[in-house]
Amino acid sequence: MNARFQTGNVLATYGVVFTLIAVILFGYLRYDNFLGSFNILSVLRYNSMFAMVSLGMCFVIMTGGIDLSVGSVAALCSVVAAYASPYGLVPGLTAGLAAGLIAGTLNGLIVTRLRIMPFIATLGTMLAASGTALLLAQNQSVSVSYESGFVDLGQGNLLGLPVPALIAAAAYFLGSVFLNLTSTGRTVLAIGGNEDAARLMGLPVARVTFLVYLVSGGCAGLAGVILAAQFGAGQPIEGVGWELFAIAAVVVGGTLLTGGAGSVATTLAGVLLLGVLFTILNFENGKGWITLSAYWQSVIRGVFLLAVVLLQAKLTGRVETQDLEPVSNVDVGPK
Amino acid sequence: MSGGVFLSRYGTVLALLALIAFNLAVTPNFATLQTLNVNLTQVCTIVIVGVGMTLVIATGGIDLSVGSLMAISGALAPMIFMGKLFELGSIYASVALAIIVAITAATLLGAFNGWLIARFRIQPIVATLVLFIAGRGIAQVMTNGNLQVFKVPEFQVIGLGRVFGLPVQVIVMTLIVVVAAWVLRRTIFGRQVLAVGGNERAARLSGIPTSRIKIAVYAISGALAGVAGLIVIAINSASDANLVGMGMELDAIAAVAVGGTLLTGGRATIIGTLIGALTIQLVRYTLLANGVPDAAALVVKAAIIIVAVWLQQRGQAI
Repeated sequence: MNARFQTGNVLATYGVVFTLIAVILFGYLRYDNFLGSFNILSVLRYNSMFAMVSLGMCFVIMTGGIDLSVGSVAALCSVVAAYASPYGLVPGLTAGLAAGLIAGTLNGLIVTRLRIMPFIATLGTMLAASGTALLLAQNQSVSVSYESGFVDLGQGNLLGLPVPALIAAAAYFLGSVFLNLTSTGRTVLAIGGNEDAARLMGLPVARVTFLVYLVSGGCAGLAGVILAAQFGAGQPIEGVGWELFAIAAVVVGGTLLTGGAGSVATTLAGVLLLGVLFTILNFENGKGWITLSAYWQSVIRGVFLLAVVLLQAKLTGRVETQDLEPVSNVDVGPK
Repeated sequence: MSGGVFLSRYGTVLALLALIAFNLAVTPNFATLQTLNVNLTQVCTIVIVGVGMTLVIATGGIDLSVGSLMAISGALAPMIFMGKLFELGSIYASVALAIIVAITAATLLGAFNGWLIARFRIQPIVATLVLFIAGRGIAQVMTNGNLQVFKVPEFQVIGLGRVFGLPVQVIVMTLIVVVAAWVLRRTIFGRQVLAVGGNERAARLSGIPTSRIKIAVYAISGALAGVAGLIVIAINSASDANLVGMGMELDAIAAVAVGGTLLTGGRATIIGTLIGALTIQLVRYTLLANGVPDAAALVVKAAIIIVAVWLQQRGQAI
């Protein structure tokens, strides 16, 4: 490891935090009320479901896997939670979470027992969850009960902060503790670093791999609960493309898709960065200098993702050279 | 040949034959040219994109951007043949120009994917995610999100026309499948594609221009996505940048996986992809024709993908 590699890694890991601060600073200097409490709270409220699916995705990617099912599982869980919402806040939350955990279990079993590549396994679950959501909801959105207090999970405030943002904050705190301070958390990184070596060291590879898919399913379940509570309905066709947004957030957050390295906190920064970019676009339109349609947001997000991955490639020295470094092939499955 | 190997190699073909037999016995009016045409018409864009995806996957990569490239190609062509950008004297000239420009744009964007992957060693799934996200946005910005409606028979012949009773797009699909299968099996380029996917270092050490091969397969994948985008808008008589090619990347990958191509690269079959796509399509048709709702068909499709890949893996382990 030479010095350049080290600084490169620090920049690649925390670059997203600096960028986020720079973008927020830009917004603060340029627009009135950018850091007003209304704007901050609505950004946090709206992005908390994306934060949840990205957290689960981050754990899966750290083992070298991938979870394409998060979006449609969230949609399924929003429908389940909506059906349970008349019984109250806790039953609605529990039902949505349970549905997510079941989907996660299915993913975990297909990946660890049938040994099917995560990409294909979770693609299957994605289709199945989407079909189940449409069947349960009979192809329409399912209204939630407004009397039982369930909608507080999406629309309520606690201590002046949006409840969904608090849920996401708690999840990220727990996730960070789990990853950094528990032996299972270290095993997650060991599997992604070198699965065979982890197995030879006697680490419970299958059990921990199963666990990350379970966690991802649970996170998607909570995202679905928040979705239903925030928009007042279980939405079977929501969640399309969430998995790719989550992957983008994780990558922007500096977690390598090959696994073995990553951070929960920078994933959150990745989610917020992609979210804040959208807000900046709205404020810029409000100034009237330019009028960019909402369609520009995906172009800008794509360009941002491109800039980040190019920067990562440069900083970690992965640029093609004529000497033969180890080839870093994409590898999304167990051998 | 043991039972496991046989099942893994010909399982999808057997499943397809079983489905046809089942339909002949149960589904009314199945053995008609009409049914054949309906199924082939619906499957052909998946097959065309799937051919490009097969080549990409054969190198050990993946292409998530195909659906967005379809949207770009589908947005670009009408702008040209409807004369929004500039007027050309003859409708035939502007249709020809529209097709050429749309497919060229998709090819260049595909080559851009390949360049990111070969030059910067960005993982294919991330590199193509860039255009997956930005590409649809570009198509939406170009059209301002508006639906482009048109009635240009000279162009729409690729989606609505028929030759000897066969839809034109089915003929296009067949040509693409035959040429690609020949290229993969019989040409140096085809062998090099497989060599890159099998062991990239070994391929490079033996003098194969791995970077150029990678850029080429992503460019081909882009070009075929461009063709598929044109066919979709020709069938619909309209181009909606929000919808054209939506979810196509996953349909194509599913067809490739069910068809027996290894997702880790190094072994690939174009005919397999055709059979995989046909099987998935026929399952859906069978369920719909017998009154099962579309949502339930999704669940069955998921099960088929998992079982097919599982059987193939078992066959390799034996």
